[in-house]
Amino acid sequence: MAEVSAAAVGLTTADGRPLRTALATAQQRAKRRAFLLVLPLLAFIVITFIVPIGQMMHQAVYNDGFSANMPRLSAWFAEHPVGTDPDEPAWQALALDLQDAATAKTAGVVGTRVNYQMSGTRSLFTSTARKAKDFAPPYRDAVIAADKKWDDPELWGTMRQVSRAYSLNFFLAALDMTQDRQGMIVAMPEDRQIYVDLFVKTFLLAGLITLTCFLLGFPIAHLLATLPLRWSNLLMILVLLPFWTSLLVRTTSWIVLLQQQGVVNSALVATGVITEEGRLQMIYNQMGTIIAMTHILLPFMILPLYSVMRPIPPSYVRAARSLGATSWTAFRRIYLPQTLPGIGAGSLLVFILAVGYYITPALVGGASGQLISNLIAFHMQDSLNWSLASALAALLLGAVLVLYWLYDRLVGIDNLKLG
Amino acid sequence: MSVSHADAFVAFEHVQKSYDGVSLVVKDLNLSIAKGEFLTMLGPSGSGKTTCLMMLAGFETATNGEIKLDGTNINMVPPHKRGIGMVFQNYALFPHMTVGENLSFPLEVRGMGKADREAKVKRALDMVQMGAFANRRPAQLSGGQQQRIALARALVFDPKLVLMDEPLGALDKQLREHMQFEIKHLHESLGITVVYVTHDQGEALTMSDRIAVFNDGRIQQLAPPAELYERPDNSFVAGFIGENNKLPGTIEELSGDKALVRLATGERIEATPVNVTQKGQKTLVSIRPERVEFKPEMMPDDAHMIGAEVLEVIYMGDILRTVLRVAGSDDFVMKMRNTLGQTKLVPGQKIRVGWDPLDARALDPI
Repeated sequence: MAEVSAAAVGLTTADGRPLRTALATAQQRAKRRAFLLVLPLLAFIVITFIVPIGQMMHQAVYNDGFSANMPRLSAWFAEHPVGTDPDEPAWQALALDLQDAATAKTAGVVGTRVNYQMSGTRSLFTSTARKAKDFAPPYRDAVIAADKKWDDPELWGTMRQVSRAYSLNFFLAALDMTQDRQGMIVAMPEDRQIYVDLFVKTFLLAGLITLTCFLLGFPIAHLLATLPLRWSNLLMILVLLPFWTSLLVRTTSWIVLLQQQGVVNSALVATGVITEEGRLQMIYNQMGTIIAMTHILLPFMILPLYSVMRPIPPSYVRAARSLGATSWTAFRRIYLPQTLPGIGAGSLLVFILAVGYYITPALVGGASGQLISNLIAFHMQDSLNWSLASALAALLLGAVLVLYWLYDRLVGIDNLKLG
Repeated sequence: MSVSHADAFVAFEHVQKSYDGVSLVVKDLNLSIAKGEFLTMLGPSGSGKTTCLMMLAGFETATNGEIKLDGTNINMVPPHKRGIGMVFQNYALFPHMTVGENLSFPLEVRGMGKADREAKVKRALDMVQMGAFANRRPAQLSGGQQQRIALARALVFDPKLVLMDEPLGALDKQLREHMQFEIKHLHESLGITVVYVTHDQGEALTMSDRIAVFNDGRIQQLAPPAELYERPDNSFVAGFIGENNKLPGTIEELSGDKALVRLATGERIEATPVNVTQKGQKTLVSIRPERVEFKPEMMPDDAHMIGAEVLEVIYMGDILRTVLRVAGSDDFVMKMRNTLGQTKLVPGQKIRVGWDPLDARALDPI
């Protein structure tokens, strides 16, 4: 008791320094050395992980394709409230900005930005910019003379939206929503809604893959944990073998196995299970994605399960049996609850990996087996709408973080056991 | 106490067990245990005692022979239908359940109502003085407390037979001795039959009605503790239970309950023949260190005296452990009580030691 109360008032060392300070000084050297040792890794993570993710998140809300190249018109939009009809100064700003854009050859960039919000407008900017050097007051008539599509309130509403470098437009687009001319948030026309459905499909498929991984992995992990060491080592190598094989090799071997003229179909035809005409379509669709991804992600389920099961002594189940429980009750009430940390870790790991998986669905998914990451890649590589790609990726990241948070609330993250 | 097969509560009849189909771990076990008896299976590791317990509990199947419980063959009865309580070496308390839930488990799987369960759990916890701990998790308890809970859980569903597999092995010495008495008292007050497995001979001697000493898959001797200690049947039992001086020699004369043994150095001593049958046979004469005397006035009239040289005297508090050279062997031990005025022996001193011929047992040589 005396020590506890002394700690409350602050112990001092023999020469009168506060104990806390003395301890910090004594440990400073060791702490500094430890920090220096982890510094390379820390720098690596910051440079290769934190910075790109930060940039991506920034990209999702920031696009200066319009504002940087059309400064006069952007300024006019900033000064005049929503709903103001374009007056002569506005037309003048547009004409002069288009002249500058033509000189700087940036009309395409501006057009692309507007085009993201309102399709078919990119060519309007490029073609008008080519005629811009001849513009003379009154500018309204000059611009409309160049192309009468300029006299469109919708176009002006869209330009107002994209005149701010920072906007939530891309997030709205990623959620199948858009802003109307008055700046109200409305749903996209039905035929242009694709992202929300794809998000839902991605999460459903990832959930299904997690479930099949669990159903297939649990018995194997149990076997691994209970077999004699000699056999379990062999089995462990079989489980780990896929880890040492290239992802592409594994995916393409599934193509060899599952395609219509492939091994499985031919075997089924040969044994008379299906007819020659009835060859099954097992690849280049959702089924191909599920089969190949389950196979690839299975070790991520087995290893955490195994590491949780290995130290569970057989005496628990024996005790339950001796206390009168049937083998099923003993499994359900005693064994299964003790493997929960492994189930949680494995499921979370597989689910998060599956949600963001790209290569396998791209190779074997066909049209119906594509996941959200394939669309992100499309926007990165083909449509070059990096802002939309970033918004989609940020939404995916956010959803995974929400799941992680939910898991922490429901199961507790300290119950996670990865190995 | 000997039990006939007919009125045995638990009976092993010609039980054999092999794990690999090549060698036998248990070789022809015959054992009958009476109702209410406390029987201990004692032996070194690998002697087959735990295998016997696991066969009785139903976690291993006998390769051959019959195991009977209350007159019926239980070879094919699964463990959960045997109604045998069991205490495991590491307690096997379910870590994800509270103490109360642990105790409630065997009652729940038997479909007992909530009110009955609570009453029984409370009674069982009170029995081991753990009534206040029902809401704790096993990990929050000390080893001794976990041990009590494991005991209460094995008893809460009123089994007639309780098996204990080295239940005190993980406790420190003081707690272990305390728990030994508690288990013994519980056994007496509840009137249950207990089969207890241990490799600790002190534990076996303290607690048991009878002890079965296992070695090499066989019961070497089955007897009450005093008989086992004082009249071991063979060299293994003599060596395994307690400390033991062994003098090798040859039988020179054999008549009824007396044998004359010529020791390696040519001296002749009297001994009680146990498992020697004929003259000229090699033997090991076994004498307990505390039965050796060196003061003529303390020895019985017909005691046999033999010359000895003191090699070392070790002070152990309650006793003085004296190592002697007797008949050519350098590790002959004599235990002297540390009484006031006990004679001080010094190394190099020549004395004469003796013992009652009844305490010198001529056993098989190993």
